[in-house]
Amino acid sequence: MIAAHLPALQVVIPLMAAPLCVLLRRPVLAWALTLAVSWVVLAIAVALLLQVLETGPVTYPLGNWAAPWGIEYRVDLAGAFVLVIVAAIGAVVTPYARRSVEHEIPRDRIYLFYAMYLLCLTGLLGIAITGDAFNLFVFLEITSLSSYVLISLGSERRALTAAYRYLIMGTLGATFYLIGVAMMYMMTGTLNMADLATLMPAVADTRTILVALAFLTVGISLKLALFPLHLWLPNAYTYAPSVVTAFLAATGTKVAVYILIRIFFTIFGGVEVFRINLIGDVLMGLAILAMVSGSAVAIYQNNVKRMLAYSSVAQIGYMVLGISFATVTGLTGGIVHLFNHALIKCALFMALGCVFMRIGSVNIRDMAGLGRRMPVTMASFVVSGLSLIGVPLTVGFVSKWYLVQAALEKGWWPIAVLVLLSSLLAVIYIWRVVEVAYFRPAPEGGPAPAEAPLSMLVPMWLLTGASVYFGIDATRTLEVAGGAAAFLLRATP
Amino acid sequence: MSAEATILLAVAVPLVAAVLIVLTGSRPNLREGVTLAAAAILFGLVASLFPTVLAGGRPAVVLGEMLPGLNIAFEVEPLGMLFAAVASFLWLVTSIYSIGYMRGHHEKNQTRFYAYFAIALSSTMGVAFAGNMLTLFAFYEVLTLCTFPLVTHHGTEEAKRAGRVYLGILLGTSIGLQLFAIVWTWTIAGTLDFTDGGILAGKAAGPTVGILLALYVFGIGKAAIMPLHRWLPAAMVAPTPVSALLHAVAVVKVGVFTVLKVIVYIFGVEFLAQAASSRWLLYVAGFTIVAASVVALRSDNLKRRLAYSTVSQLSYVIMAAAILTPLSAMGAALHIAAHAFGKITLFFCAGSILVASHKTLVSELDGIGRRMPWTMAAFAIAALSMIGIPPTVGFVSKWYILRAAMEAEQMFAVAVIVLSTLLNAAYFLPIVYAAFFRAETAEPVAAGGPARGAEAGDGGTPRHRGHRREGHGEAPLCVVLALTVSAAGIVFLFFFPDLPFALARQLAGGAG
Amino acid sequence: MEFPGLYNYWIAIVLMMVGFYIVIAHDNLIKKVVGLNIFQVSVFVFYISMAKVRGGTAPILEAGIETYSNPLPHVLILTAIVVAVATTALALALVVRIRNAYGTIEDDEIEGQEDDA
Repeated sequence: MIAAHLPALQVVIPLMAAPLCVLLRRPVLAWALTLAVSWVVLAIAVALLLQVLETGPVTYPLGNWAAPWGIEYRVDLAGAFVLVIVAAIGAVVTPYARRSVEHEIPRDRIYLFYAMYLLCLTGLLGIAITGDAFNLFVFLEITSLSSYVLISLGSERRALTAAYRYLIMGTLGATFYLIGVAMMYMMTGTLNMADLATLMPAVADTRTILVALAFLTVGISLKLALFPLHLWLPNAYTYAPSVVTAFLAATGTKVAVYILIRIFFTIFGGVEVFRINLIGDVLMGLAILAMVSGSAVAIYQNNVKRMLAYSSVAQIGYMVLGISFATVTGLTGGIVHLFNHALIKCALFMALGCVFMRIGSVNIRDMAGLGRRMPVTMASFVVSGLSLIGVPLTVGFVSKWYLVQAALEKGWWPIAVLVLLSSLLAVIYIWRVVEVAYFRPAPEGGPAPAEAPLSMLVPMWLLTGASVYFGIDATRTLEVAGGAAAFLLRATP
Repeated sequence: MSAEATILLAVAVPLVAAVLIVLTGSRPNLREGVTLAAAAILFGLVASLFPTVLAGGRPAVVLGEMLPGLNIAFEVEPLGMLFAAVASFLWLVTSIYSIGYMRGHHEKNQTRFYAYFAIALSSTMGVAFAGNMLTLFAFYEVLTLCTFPLVTHHGTEEAKRAGRVYLGILLGTSIGLQLFAIVWTWTIAGTLDFTDGGILAGKAAGPTVGILLALYVFGIGKAAIMPLHRWLPAAMVAPTPVSALLHAVAVVKVGVFTVLKVIVYIFGVEFLAQAASSRWLLYVAGFTIVAASVVALRSDNLKRRLAYSTVSQLSYVIMAAAILTPLSAMGAALHIAAHAFGKITLFFCAGSILVASHKTLVSELDGIGRRMPWTMAAFAIAALSMIGIPPTVGFVSKWYILRAAMEAEQMFAVAVIVLSTLLNAAYFLPIVYAAFFRAETAEPVAAGGPARGAEAGDGGTPRHRGHRREGHGEAPLCVVLALTVSAAGIVFLFFFPDLPFALARQLAGGAG
Repeated sequence: MEFPGLYNYWIAIVLMMVGFYIVIAHDNLIKKVVGLNIFQVSVFVFYISMAKVRGGTAPILEAGIETYSNPLPHVLILTAIVVAVATTALALALVVRIRNAYGTIEDDEIEGQEDDA
């Protein structure tokens, strides 16, 4: 009985919990509720993934309205994978959040934080699950609005301007997407993605559809911070509270990448999008620019949070690069990197959250001697950093392997070279932090050496451990990612 | 115990030891006991695999699937067997030595040192027994990373810089070039398993072969082929046992071992011999041999001289492999073992001199042979081995390389060997001569002199700087014991080279 | 025939460009929000005009009427308006907070203060 309604529950539970948080008001209660919800949500997501692996795509007509007219929830392998990523990150971040939030957000606003956090989770899950192009817009805006609020909760006043700028850019992006949806609707008369996919080939060559595709791509590119539309991201990540950065860095942009995948391979799946238009070349060019310039700029940052934010810009480049290959190997690399990068970045930002809690700064200068003062935190930072670089036996290696392989399969060896070059740049910026933390002596008279509380260390190491585990045994993630990629591309004749 | 379990244990034992070392960190005697016990067990395990491999067995075990179609797999073949045996034996010797050295020199952070040392050995075993290129690459990278804290052991500004060069070159080449080559091989061949006769034969042709070979050879930065040798002299800031680890037991040996593996089992000797685009390797290696020898000749710092000698000797192995005949592959394999014993003895001696007298410059060693007869005798034997004079094992391996070069009519290789033998003699024999036959000079009294020596040699050892023990004798017992054992090994292997021979012959048979 | 036939689209495009220009060109944070609103409204107009069926009436079932306008875009835009209102409210709230924190709502002055800090 309940099993049949899992897709709806996936979204409804966190949605209902959000106002409940506001009613509860007490920080501990709000946190406990969020914790319970995030774990239930994870259980549902895993159940859905297993169901999809077993029986194929699951559909759920919302309110029992038949598909092309009513809103349909549709979970296929790619969607289920993203659901699990988002829910898992949510479930790990919530325990971490309690102490970190107490430290960074005024007590009387904590319940609002959790309400917004749950709404953000709702939106992200909704994007992954919905099979309706307009419904996706609504979830996208739920996510965005709540993340603007979350970012503005940062302790510095620059968090406000960062949130404001993100709001302007994000709304422009969402509106672009809306225009694209309108044009598709004009040509096909439907908003259901599966329906769109079947109707699309007939009208694919019209100018309206091409313009729609352009609007959709640009709009979502704004949301996923694809170079050169990434300008909002560094400030937003830098000034947001630590928990928010860890959560959004692991989920927000990933889900936007997922939307891009949906547009190209589900909605336009029947059309060989990458062959008719320049879009593949343009995306690939931008992805490469993002990879190289993001990493290069990261090297020159003194604020470590901002450094990692630029690194995210580069990593988004990897994912988009995987998409732009439009081969099974490439898309597998892109999708698996969604997961891998979520693990890595979330753990890295969590480590920075611990650092911020203890020394009140994430500036590289203030991190001197941290290797001895916070050994557990910094060890996690180093392991995740190595994973970001792509050292074997970590998840970063798996993604890189697939991207390089995809490039070589097509014979585009310069791209393979650039992928590797970008990871060498990652060595430089990660090692800058390592050198300061381990080789420079701690300043005299600084705060006494202290580790972060256990409730923050455990989630952090859970992710770090996962990023090693899935690097050694990548078959399971690759099975899902590869299956998703094959499923998405099979639509292409 | 089955051979499969033995292989896994060989990788696991040092890892377990590392954990135990950390746990027993507060009690140094127990901690060193763990190291020694682990080293002895490891050597026992590796030795127990010997009969199987000698009988032509290829025990293999698959640990798990890492990427679809690519396993983390181990397979023991003769070359890996030889390497593992040498490395595990030398770990035992080095452990004895480290105890004497680290205590005699009052090093800090000894627990960290022993723990990372053990991890390095675990990854070396992983490389030696790797059944495919992916497994090998993974352990290769782990080795790079776990030796980084060893190289930067002193934590000084100089150590940091050296660490940067070390990591920069090794990670840069392995990720930038080697990984690229591996993925390329995977796309071309569809497998990465080490197979007799190579996996690329018939699948790649023309310039592709040459480019791929270049990516591999330069991608394996640990083989220190010029111009990618800079990390090796830079890493000299580390404590002497670490230098021994880098130069003899693990790191550089992993480099040349990987090159050999790639040439024999990825490309296949015959296949490469037919490919015209692979000729360049011989000349690059030959150039490295001579150029590094010349640099060694000109450096006064003993450890630096040894470092460049290593660069030169490594390229012997690569050049031997590049001659591309079964006999030369055999010579290359033997030379890995020969150089390991020779170079570890030399580094032990350099460390012994440092601990006992705090001298680091070649020009300071006049007459030291009378104060430290054991040390300098061992040094002399190792130096003879480096030059290739009987009765040392260096002669055996050089003999085979030379014979292979003659048979293949590679006059360039022959000339390089002759020239470098002369150069080796020119930079090793004067040290031996001065140590034994020249009278000890008076201690320089100037304040700057000794301090400069200490800094250049050991990257700021915390104590003893600027003052030198007058009337010193031999180094601590553990140190002397270790270097005597390894020097004895050099001579022993000259008279009884049967075991390494048998293995090397199998390799040649398999390759031919 | 061509031009007047599509005038509704032209209006949408002109509005869109006006809004877009304001967002980009103005330093005043409130004016940016106004521009953003115009930009969004242009899309709403676009949707609604697209739903118009020539000769159709409001989509209410009544005897004798054959053609209706398409009701779906209206519904969609109702949702989009809600989103836009929420966005505007949030943006204005942020502007208030920014004014409290910086004492100004001019973008260039804020940037000046941030550079000093």
